[in-house]
Amino acid sequence: MSLLEIKDLRVAVDGHQILKGLNLTINPGEVHSIMGPNGSGKSTLAQVLARRETYEVTGGEILYNGKDLLAMKPEEAACEGVFMAFQYPVEVPGIGNAYFLRSAINAQRKYRGEDEMDAMDFLPLFRERLKLLEMDEKLINRSVNEGFSGGEKKRNEILQMAMLQPKLAILDETDSGLDIDALRIVANGVNALRGPERSMLVITHYQRLLDYIVPNFVHVLVDGQIARSGGPELARELEETGYGWAETETQALHA
Amino acid sequence: MATALRSKNYLDTFSELEKVRQAAEPVWLRHLRAEGWDIFNSSGIPTVRNEDWRFTNLAPLTRTEFRRGPKTSVSRTAIEDALLAGAVCQLVFVNGRFAPELSRVNNLPSGLEVSSLSQALNHKTENAEQHLGRYANLHRDAFAALNTALWEDGAYIHIHKGARIQQPIHLLFVTTDGASPIMTHPRSLIVAEQASHAAVVEDYVSLSPGAALSNSVTELAAADDAIVSHYLIERENYDSFNISTLCIEQGRNTNVSSHSVLLGGGLVRNNVHPVLNGPGAECLINGLFVGAGRQHLDNYMLVEHASAHGSSRQFYNGILDQQARGVFHGRIVVHKDAQKTDAKQTNRNLLLSDDARMDTKPQLEIRADDVKCTHGATIGRIEDEPLFYLRSRGLDEKSARNLLLYAFAAECLDRMNEQPAREFVEQFIRQRLHEISTASQTMPPPSLDKAQDVPDPEEIA
Repeated sequence: MSLLEIKDLRVAVDGHQILKGLNLTINPGEVHSIMGPNGSGKSTLAQVLARRETYEVTGGEILYNGKDLLAMKPEEAACEGVFMAFQYPVEVPGIGNAYFLRSAINAQRKYRGEDEMDAMDFLPLFRERLKLLEMDEKLINRSVNEGFSGGEKKRNEILQMAMLQPKLAILDETDSGLDIDALRIVANGVNALRGPERSMLVITHYQRLLDYIVPNFVHVLVDGQIARSGGPELARELEETGYGWAETETQALHA
Repeated sequence: MATALRSKNYLDTFSELEKVRQAAEPVWLRHLRAEGWDIFNSSGIPTVRNEDWRFTNLAPLTRTEFRRGPKTSVSRTAIEDALLAGAVCQLVFVNGRFAPELSRVNNLPSGLEVSSLSQALNHKTENAEQHLGRYANLHRDAFAALNTALWEDGAYIHIHKGARIQQPIHLLFVTTDGASPIMTHPRSLIVAEQASHAAVVEDYVSLSPGAALSNSVTELAAADDAIVSHYLIERENYDSFNISTLCIEQGRNTNVSSHSVLLGGGLVRNNVHPVLNGPGAECLINGLFVGAGRQHLDNYMLVEHASAHGSSRQFYNGILDQQARGVFHGRIVVHKDAQKTDAKQTNRNLLLSDDARMDTKPQLEIRADDVKCTHGATIGRIEDEPLFYLRSRGLDEKSARNLLLYAFAAECLDRMNEQPAREFVEQFIRQRLHEISTASQTMPPPSLDKAQDVPDPEEIA
């Protein structure tokens, strides 16, 4: 069974149609990349998958693990194993990183009927993952993302992913704003989490990240629809040709 | 007139107490009480036409006939949960009267004297005479005048020169068994001598339902280099009226903190009035108020810089749900000679419902020319972004909201340096926030019926 099946998804934001019949199937263990020009609907797709309620789904369906994802609240989707690394991680003053993460892990465990993780089990794991992301231990008790640099925030997203161990990880432009060192660290973190039980949807504007995280499939999203799909070579092709062709093609399609 | 009839209760009480006291009290105190009564009698309970009371309508209080509470005994188990673990000593007052059987004042560290105020007056009165009534401004404040006329007891705390008292002093004021609405007028005096160090927790609790009025005045005199923290915790029932006034006199290089945590009570007014009277004095006025139902929580600050190089910081956070109303009135007065004053005031508020209301009013009066004064206020809601962020990691909406509320409240907790006091306060804050995030959608608000016809100040103006 496929992990994620998106059928004819149509989504509007403030009455403006963004996704116009998107189809995508992801199987367990696969890494898919969605590329496309600004405004094509990449982030909208990520937000809808994470169940952001401000996006209005006007048509289509999403099956996740055979369940209706669109009927889930954000926390339910999270507890079912959906994780989105935010394009713009939110600062949450007054809530410590470790406290927040342990609360999240335990909320998910409770949902699944598992025992809570106590601080004794949590801290060693947290320290190990901090090392993976080459992050300072001081971050343990600092407020979530508060005063973090852009790179630290993105690393913190991957750190959370490494702790929460999702089935479906959505990386929403995690590479944007990263210098080459930070990009390598983030990509290493992501690659360490690849496995037969975990699927990923890597959303990016540039091919750069895909040199580090090599996807199984690349899709080009143009004007709310997947215009082309292919293997990793498609990403390199796009880097050379840009998205101009795709736009012309879709216009022709709609004409 | 209805008002005259009601205030007859206060007159009766005053006459009744005068008879009991007779010559038992020193002459200076009797004069002070008479002065308090005269001022209250001529001014009466303030109305919204008084600028200092613009946002708080006292009609429900004026309408209520309060009497002195019955002499009653309370069992130790009834107050056990209310005690601060790790306090150096504990003074318990029941219906305004000292309850020695519930209090613990033995084995005090050297340099600390603690007793009830009436006991202190019986023993030696120099300190009391020197300080009592010196800092409360009766002409400004009718409730302080009423308190002066009617107080029966309160705490007397004397920290000797250089004494460092590590653990906080806990003052617990409980009201109970009021068949009809009862009133108490606790009066406390804290004298911190030169370079002394102490923390005092003033705590108001109802042990039974029903309306009560607690009208307290605490005077705190901090001599040069003293470091003193004062905590006020209001956690009475939602039919209660609580008017509290803290008057602080600060000497040279003193460091005084006032932490006010208003969680309970129906109609609450908290006055904090520090006077920075010695050069280099520092004052922190930290507050948190959390209201729901029809609670009305009014915070009135008057910070007076009367000497050079003083610094004052006001930080107040408010959380209001349902039809609760909050007021922040922050007045900073910088006198002519108080050059190099650095005064800052911040009031941040979260409104959790459309019917909640916050009035915030900064007021700066600066008569010196070389000062730094800033103020800022915000009124907002729990933002969608962080809420979604927390939920996207698996926390349900209620837990996520609760966590964000707690984080907002924790800004105030983080400014409290005395660990036992901070932990003590924290448990009540957690409990109150939990009640609010649980009650928000489903439960009817706790009601204060008498406050329902409080008109908006605009309608009166």
